[in-house]
Amino acid sequence: MAGFIIRRVISSFLVVVLTSMFVFALFFLGPSNPAGPVCEASGKCTAERLALIEEQMGLNESVVTQYGAFAKGIFVDRTITIGSEYDCDAPCLGISYGTRGQVTDELLEKYPATLSIAIGGAMIYLTLGVILGVLAARWRGTAADRLLVGGSLLVSSVPYYLFALLAWIFLTLQWSIFPSTGYTPLTENPGAWFAGLLLPWVVIGVTFSTQYARFTRGSMVETLGEDYIRTATAKGVKSNKVVFKHGLRAAIVPIVTIFGLDFAALLAGTVFTERIFNINGVGWWALNSIQSPQDFPVITATVLVSAVLVVVANLLVDVIYSFLDPRVRMS
Amino acid sequence: MTDFLTDQQHAGQPTPAPGGEDFLVVENLSVQFPTHDGLVKAVNDLSYSVKMGETLGIVGESGSGKSVSSMAVLGLHDIKRSRLTGSIRVDGKEIIGASEQTLRKIRGNEVAMIFQDPLTALHPFYSIGAQIGEAYRIHHDVSKSKARAKAIEMLDRVGIPQAKSRVDDYPHQFSGGMRQRAMIAMALVNDPKLIIADEPTTALDVTVQAQILDLLQELQRDFRSAIIIITHDLGVVAEMADEVLVMYAGRAVEQGPTRELLTHPEMPYTWGLLSSMPDVTASTDARLVPIPGNPPSLLNPPTGCPFHPRCPHVDKVPGDLCRTELPEFLPGQRGTHHLKRCHLVNPDDIYATEVLPEIAPDLVELTLADNADVAHGDGMHGER
Repeated sequence: MAGFIIRRVISSFLVVVLTSMFVFALFFLGPSNPAGPVCEASGKCTAERLALIEEQMGLNESVVTQYGAFAKGIFVDRTITIGSEYDCDAPCLGISYGTRGQVTDELLEKYPATLSIAIGGAMIYLTLGVILGVLAARWRGTAADRLLVGGSLLVSSVPYYLFALLAWIFLTLQWSIFPSTGYTPLTENPGAWFAGLLLPWVVIGVTFSTQYARFTRGSMVETLGEDYIRTATAKGVKSNKVVFKHGLRAAIVPIVTIFGLDFAALLAGTVFTERIFNINGVGWWALNSIQSPQDFPVITATVLVSAVLVVVANLLVDVIYSFLDPRVRMS
Repeated sequence: MTDFLTDQQHAGQPTPAPGGEDFLVVENLSVQFPTHDGLVKAVNDLSYSVKMGETLGIVGESGSGKSVSSMAVLGLHDIKRSRLTGSIRVDGKEIIGASEQTLRKIRGNEVAMIFQDPLTALHPFYSIGAQIGEAYRIHHDVSKSKARAKAIEMLDRVGIPQAKSRVDDYPHQFSGGMRQRAMIAMALVNDPKLIIADEPTTALDVTVQAQILDLLQELQRDFRSAIIIITHDLGVVAEMADEVLVMYAGRAVEQGPTRELLTHPEMPYTWGLLSSMPDVTASTDARLVPIPGNPPSLLNPPTGCPFHPRCPHVDKVPGDLCRTELPEFLPGQRGTHHLKRCHLVNPDDIYATEVLPEIAPDLVELTLADNADVAHGDGMHGER
């Protein structure tokens, strides 16, 4: 078991390193010159000035050297020259061209908002989706089942941004059922934090839950047809317990896999959610950084963080999986 | 085959309590499943009974309704997807139409079931001990640790070595035979009065099969429970059962005391089952004769006798009787304890002169002599 986890951690680490190389190469060797936006930002960009800035930023060095400097910055403080010199404390992900602030600091500042949205939304969609799915499976073939399945198809066929926008326009602006949205740090004012995130949570919860409801239903229908479910009934287990204990225990395993990946995607930043509900999180930050003038360090950092999240989520899923399924645990 | 045909009643087998009350009574049971293609008539007008300490073997090929009928005894059919008529009484309590609560008290407690494939019938994510303990705690108000102790005791009882350490193992860590033992331990944990074993040895190899059957017999002696053993293996029946019920197309087609039925079968389908059994001790002249054709569709069962499309003896019945009229389930030539559903008038002679020489030539003499003294069979098993 410990060996399994260690092996997975090592391979996850390798994946992260490879991803960082790939991301680095993609942006620094890409078609646009990272020095360009910096040069343009400081008045008229002449060829000499561009060359000077390139020289200062170390863009004339080999890619390997540049990557080495970048990678080293994650562990030790470094100084970065963009026009003038900036200190970048470890772990350093670069200096933002736009704000000239340390990318790591900005990331830590924006992350709580994204994390808040993701955790709240995920809790709602997981609970709601699994419960609806189990009930649909239990009552499969009945009108209630068809209503649940049909309703979930209907909701999930509406584009997410439209659903979120309509929800915000009607529920907050028009009818004021929900408080106006935005992000207040939890430590500052828990009430405001909760109120500002309530609608985003509900919107994410409802839209994602449809997918989980259908998935859970499928998994449950399959499980409820298994022999061991008949065994449980034949033992005299109450039918509710047969469904929620014996059935769900087995049916939840594939749902955990999907949830891990979905949750990682949510943590990487929800662009639509953050834009529509006016929440200054990682998604919005990343979106701004790709718009002209491009902020390369921010792009690199956000992509890298997303990659790490996906890898970590996968790792966690594997570990949880091995706890859920004794057959995986033993081998 | 020769073995069980000539064997005397097994010495170890408990004799049914004379004049004992029927613990399970099934009367005119029909089970039907409405499907998109029509009504599947899985069990038709089935009646049988089992006394305490007695073993009934239900034999038939896949789709003959043997599992479906026994699942009905525990009320395991989804009432929304099936139609049940007739009566099933467990210790006097009616099962058909009974409330979920009534059924729950019977399931696993008075009547327990041993399923065919223990790998799929045991929950893969719970330990063996947890599953046995759960079965115990449903019907006994005891702590988890007491249930665990009981699980260890039961595992020990069914012959699992080092039960104390194996109790926390998961089903996939057990071998096939051990899984079936664990399944039996789970079924017996509440001292059920009736055990329904649905092909308990089908997924196991022959040596383990014999061990499991021995175990069941031993436990039956200790617990004095009634057993229904569902199988397609006549060898298992010969080993285990006091009484045999042969099913075909959802109907009982022959029933009688094991030795009587296996030595003097009166229904061509039973002959077919006997003929299709391989036997290592038989002379090399003996042929293995499969039953021609396929089991009938339960959506549109054949008219008349359901076996007539596959029956090689249809021409021995006058007229079109086999095709037009369902034979009644009545005593044949050999007394009231031996029932059969067949139009043949003299099945014993046909069996002795046509069927037996093909499958076991060495037994012809014996059987002919036996036929001459019909009363012999009656005297041995008493009236039923």
